[in-house]
Amino acid sequence: MPKFNMDPKKHPMPSQEPLVRNKNFREVALGYDAQTAVDEAKRCLNCKNRPCVAGCPVAVDIPAFIALVAEEKFEEAYEVIARTSSLPAVCGRVCPQETQCEGKCTRGIKGEPVGIGRLERFVADWHMAHSAAAPARPQPNGHKVAVVGSGPAGLTCAGDLARLGYDVTVFEALHLAGGVLVYGIPEFRLPKEIVRKEVDGLKALGVKIETDSVIGRVLTIEELQSEYGFEAVFLGTGAGLPRFMGIKGEGAKGVFSANEYLTRTNLMKAYEPDSETPILHAKKIAVVGGGNVAMDAARCAKRLGAETVYIVYRRSEAELPARREEVEHAKEEEIIFRLLTNPVEILTDADDNVVGLKCIRMELGEPDASGRRRPVEVPGSEFDMDVDCVIMALGTSPNPLLKQTTKGLETQRRGEIVADENGKTSLEGVYAGGDAVTGAATVILAMGAGKTAAKAIDEYIRNK
Amino acid sequence: MYEIVKKEALNPTVMRMEIRAPLIAKKALAGQFVILRADERGERIPLTVAGCDVQAGTVTVIFQIVGGATMTLATLPQGGHLADFVGPLGTPTHIEGLKKVAVVGGGVGCAIALPVARALHAQGSEVTSIVGFRNQDLVILEKEFREVSDRFFMMTDDGSYGEKGNVCVPLSRLLESGETFDEVITIGPLIMMKFVAAATKPYGIHTVASMNPIMIDGTGMCGCCRVTVGGEMKFACVDGPDFDAHLIDFDEAMKRSRTYVEFEAKAREKHCNLFKKEVS
Repeated sequence: MPKFNMDPKKHPMPSQEPLVRNKNFREVALGYDAQTAVDEAKRCLNCKNRPCVAGCPVAVDIPAFIALVAEEKFEEAYEVIARTSSLPAVCGRVCPQETQCEGKCTRGIKGEPVGIGRLERFVADWHMAHSAAAPARPQPNGHKVAVVGSGPAGLTCAGDLARLGYDVTVFEALHLAGGVLVYGIPEFRLPKEIVRKEVDGLKALGVKIETDSVIGRVLTIEELQSEYGFEAVFLGTGAGLPRFMGIKGEGAKGVFSANEYLTRTNLMKAYEPDSETPILHAKKIAVVGGGNVAMDAARCAKRLGAETVYIVYRRSEAELPARREEVEHAKEEEIIFRLLTNPVEILTDADDNVVGLKCIRMELGEPDASGRRRPVEVPGSEFDMDVDCVIMALGTSPNPLLKQTTKGLETQRRGEIVADENGKTSLEGVYAGGDAVTGAATVILAMGAGKTAAKAIDEYIRNK
Repeated sequence: MYEIVKKEALNPTVMRMEIRAPLIAKKALAGQFVILRADERGERIPLTVAGCDVQAGTVTVIFQIVGGATMTLATLPQGGHLADFVGPLGTPTHIEGLKKVAVVGGGVGCAIALPVARALHAQGSEVTSIVGFRNQDLVILEKEFREVSDRFFMMTDDGSYGEKGNVCVPLSRLLESGETFDEVITIGPLIMMKFVAAATKPYGIHTVASMNPIMIDGTGMCGCCRVTVGGEMKFACVDGPDFDAHLIDFDEAMKRSRTYVEFEAKAREKHCNLFKKEVS
């Protein structure tokens, strides 16, 4: 049995230096080497009640895979993770472990939790680098399922069903599979090569991926069921409809939704010199919002050559919805935080270019419905920020297309598809999960929903 | 990959391509658009559908060579392939119940106006088509327009063909003489659509403009195709591309459309130099 590691701190993640990385798009975190991974794995107590597993939305058998890492059985460790997670290399990078598995870790009570996310990433990367073996194709069961959307919810659902022998086709509107993993999350947080390999892994399981297919337009859900013989359909269409503030000047040149800015940068690779897709190379940029998407947009802006990048957020640091690590990374990369500040107008010149952002200072009042203290304007505190570009990262609503084109599909006020705890929608044989149901949330929650729906779809088809 | 079944130049800068895409051909209606990419490095180019052949399984697009991406597209040969072709996107032009309509097209916008005129003609509406071009060399689709129009007006800015003047000249003349329409549908340069809207407004004729803003995904995600309509923000890709022309903020739309003019100019230059190299 490997010797237990008493160190109260987890092994730090080797990373590119902040002032180097804020000028390139290469991955920030470099990953553990094998020795570090083994040493970190030895910090796990392998405790009986396994709180980490309960904290994981897809219930990865964390103590089991970590024990195998400690024994240097990396491929075996991968197999443990792959039993429940369709996208280990992605989760190891973008999951908010601090509020999930690591947040529950027994070692976290007295010191730092085990670096579960970092170990997961190590194992997944080790597998990609060392294992050429294609996964065994499951025995086909003769049933067809369609998955709409190739983001984390759709890919997870597709993977789980394929493992059960289903003939799964994933329909993706864009030209590349991955959803938010390819258009939203930047290369420096999640290399697109990683996403491609995860998708290839699903293809090796027999999952078919049809890009350039906007379901609701080219084929309706009804047609998928009646004409194409799909016995069930999973909707993982995400939340991609950007919100704006409704303030003056939002139509000006140099105002972007974070979605547009990130899509140009990540999906269309606008930062590469030979990309045909343009992006505005502004010098002073304000990103409005405090979530992970805001951090991603700000850090992309810096890498695209902006001299000054601000995060403008109406509450205080404690309420920033972004992961702590993302906020720290942003600060290290010289992103400037203008907290308790809210835009009231985007200032423009005669040609409608952005020349400034009029803001008002805020203070925190009584707690609101979210339990956070409500930001209140300080009267007469308006001031102008000198910027030439404004990126709105205020959150997104579910994509409106399916709602528009699918009769009988019930949705909520903001367009969220109504689904029960198993993902069942108002339509027979149609399931949904992820941001399309919850509104914008995290990759891993979407994966959890995809997983739950896969189970429900399997039961539905078997009981038909 | 999507085969380019047929390719022809309509004028020196406007190209027609028929693309094999049977599912889209079956579904696309007048006023809807597709997004294509010429190759794996390519920009996503939104183009309004110029026609469909359900039997042959092809979709026709007509485009003007504007920047780098359209230049790359124009170099692809007949029998070659596009990397991506997705659609139909946007909501179809509303034509139901319209009995008498004026279709006003300008420049390459006529390529999009034609299927609308054709659809109106097919449902038995009385169609007055007014098309405008800068000069005779740039005229496209005249024969096709005449086939589906009860009345047809050809205008050129310099008078080198048809009547001299812009499309508002015959439109205003008709309106002044007491003609009326159930609807005026206008597709073309923003400035032209703005003036068409101004011409019909005093007569209270419902007027629809087809917007063609900068766009990336075409499914409601990027928000760069936003247009202010009646003081509200609308996304052309999912709410449009057709909007009430009397409510559109054309001035804002015109400024927004110039966001990447500099980039496009540079891209054009780069491409032209590449071509020079190939020649020499």
